[in-house]
Amino acid sequence: MTTRALDRGTLAFLALVLAVAIVIPVLNLTTPESAALHVPTYLVSLFGKYVTFALLALSIDLIWGFCGILSLGHGAFFALGGYAMGMYLMRQIGSRGVYADPILPDFMVFLNWKELPLAWWGFSSFPYAMLMVLLVPGLLALVFGWFAFRSRVTGVYFSIITQAMTYALLLAFFRNDFGFGGNNGLTDFKDILGFNVQSDETRAALFAASCLALALGYLICRALVASKFGMVLVAIRDAEARARFLGYRVEAYKVVVFTVSACMAGVAGALYVPQVGIINPSEFSPANSIEAVIWVAVGGRGTLVGAVVGAILVNYAKTTFTSGPLAPYWLFLLGGLFIVVTLLLPRGIVGTLAHWRAQWRARRKARRGDDGKAVEPLPAE
Amino acid sequence: MDARTTPALLYLDGVSVAFDGFRALNELSLTIAPGEMRAIIGPNGAGKTTMMDVVTGKTRPDSGEVTFDGTHDLTRLDEAAIAVLGIGRKFQKPTVFDSHTVLDNLRLALRGDRRASRAIVWRETGAERERIDAVLSTIRLGDLRENLAGNLSHGQKQWLEIGMLLAQDLKLLLVDEPVAGMTDAETEQTAELLKIINRDKTVVVVEHDMTFVRALGVKVTVLHEGSVIAEGSIDQVSENERVVEVYLGR
Repeated sequence: MTTRALDRGTLAFLALVLAVAIVIPVLNLTTPESAALHVPTYLVSLFGKYVTFALLALSIDLIWGFCGILSLGHGAFFALGGYAMGMYLMRQIGSRGVYADPILPDFMVFLNWKELPLAWWGFSSFPYAMLMVLLVPGLLALVFGWFAFRSRVTGVYFSIITQAMTYALLLAFFRNDFGFGGNNGLTDFKDILGFNVQSDETRAALFAASCLALALGYLICRALVASKFGMVLVAIRDAEARARFLGYRVEAYKVVVFTVSACMAGVAGALYVPQVGIINPSEFSPANSIEAVIWVAVGGRGTLVGAVVGAILVNYAKTTFTSGPLAPYWLFLLGGLFIVVTLLLPRGIVGTLAHWRAQWRARRKARRGDDGKAVEPLPAE
Repeated sequence: MDARTTPALLYLDGVSVAFDGFRALNELSLTIAPGEMRAIIGPNGAGKTTMMDVVTGKTRPDSGEVTFDGTHDLTRLDEAAIAVLGIGRKFQKPTVFDSHTVLDNLRLALRGDRRASRAIVWRETGAERERIDAVLSTIRLGDLRENLAGNLSHGQKQWLEIGMLLAQDLKLLLVDEPVAGMTDAETEQTAELLKIINRDKTVVVVEHDMTFVRALGVKVTVLHEGSVIAEGSIDQVSENERVVEVYLGR
């Protein structure tokens, strides 16, 4: 299984994502509003948001589907990446803020602060901010993972401490004196790289960038899981003690994959913020992280494509329901969906389809009587 | 490397382990010579599994010495480091990687660099392929190489696990109740397999099944309450009064 990072399915998926990255912006920018195929700008941003959620789901599938690490705090890495982007966008406002301070964002002037806190230094530079988008979630995951995995915290205990981690960050970011806008978070963005964040062109570009990030993230995940590294991850998921007694340093593998996953979640958050126009502490709420895990479960864990499918389907359903008369019942519906999938479709949508296909192939082979290749390894149950 | 302190391959001296006051091992002393095959028997709670845990780094002893190959102090190393030194372990319940093929299970077990950074860029070499083929023929699973390990029968899983230990290229193999749940024919084949393995590896077998121990025909150590109470051939120990008293419950 080790040489097929770029198999047919992967290429087809990449082609699809790249096609969407081109087609949607083109339909938005080049067709008149009256045209049947016109995609309004609000939809471009909405789809862009789904794509960043898909990248977050992908990062969760990498650790949960392949290594059995169930993080219920991945929203924290997403939000940290979002805050790093938000801080860059705040610094771009400059003297156009309500208080017209050339250096300090409005909320700092309001709090009567006289100078920029140390943590905000450098964020006027886009490359520095992008570095922080990767570094802050990555470092947190590295340190958190190192302590947790070295102490052999696994299973539900690990899930619980990740919930605690994101909740602790939620509380910290809520505080005004923590220095990141408190309750209100960061908003009223004006420019990104000199372009107006509200303009159609910028929104189309952000959408395309989100698709590219998703394609790149998918490629990284494929390369990892198709290598021997990925074989070891699945081995750890199946029988951790056996992997240890074979001489694999399980904690090292877990820390590496957890950190890669956190960086991907950070990038997703950074692309999310300019498209929705705000980042506030509610992004750290434990419920958000759990929702993201549900997307992966619905799509099918251990399939990568399933994470993307699940994130887009569930969020599309969420948008549809929460804008109609059924809005108050959305959480019941989401909970019900999770129960139904767990009981009736434990492999998720994509996992079930792949399973049927594998069974069909095996039957066809059995009928032919040749003992060719084995059925593909099934995704986790 | 430090000077060799003992000719034994595995040397345990005065090893004690207590869990919440229960003494699982009590001043256990044991030596295994290079190339030897040894059977360890004892009633439930005698400390057989704890002894394996201590040797493989899963449990740290409260006191005592555990030396491997005369130079390595095993009480200071973790499981992964001990595995790399060449000590392998077969669990009582067959433990293989269910969602990998037989071939991939052996690939993962094959001796080699275990670091994550190397695993990302790993490519199979011809030599590795040949070694895997050799192991496959020893454990007689060549025809099932592309099958998922999860779809194997109980006995086949046991052999696959033994094959993985062979692929690891070990010096010392610890085998925990290899024939539990096997048919008579499988039990016989497993005894043969262990004898083949013993040609170039040191083997320690923990077992309940007396017919199997007899079939192995090797030196037997009897544990009771965390200490050795008798050692010798199967006939010698089964005549030992103390063994009859504690083990056979008479």
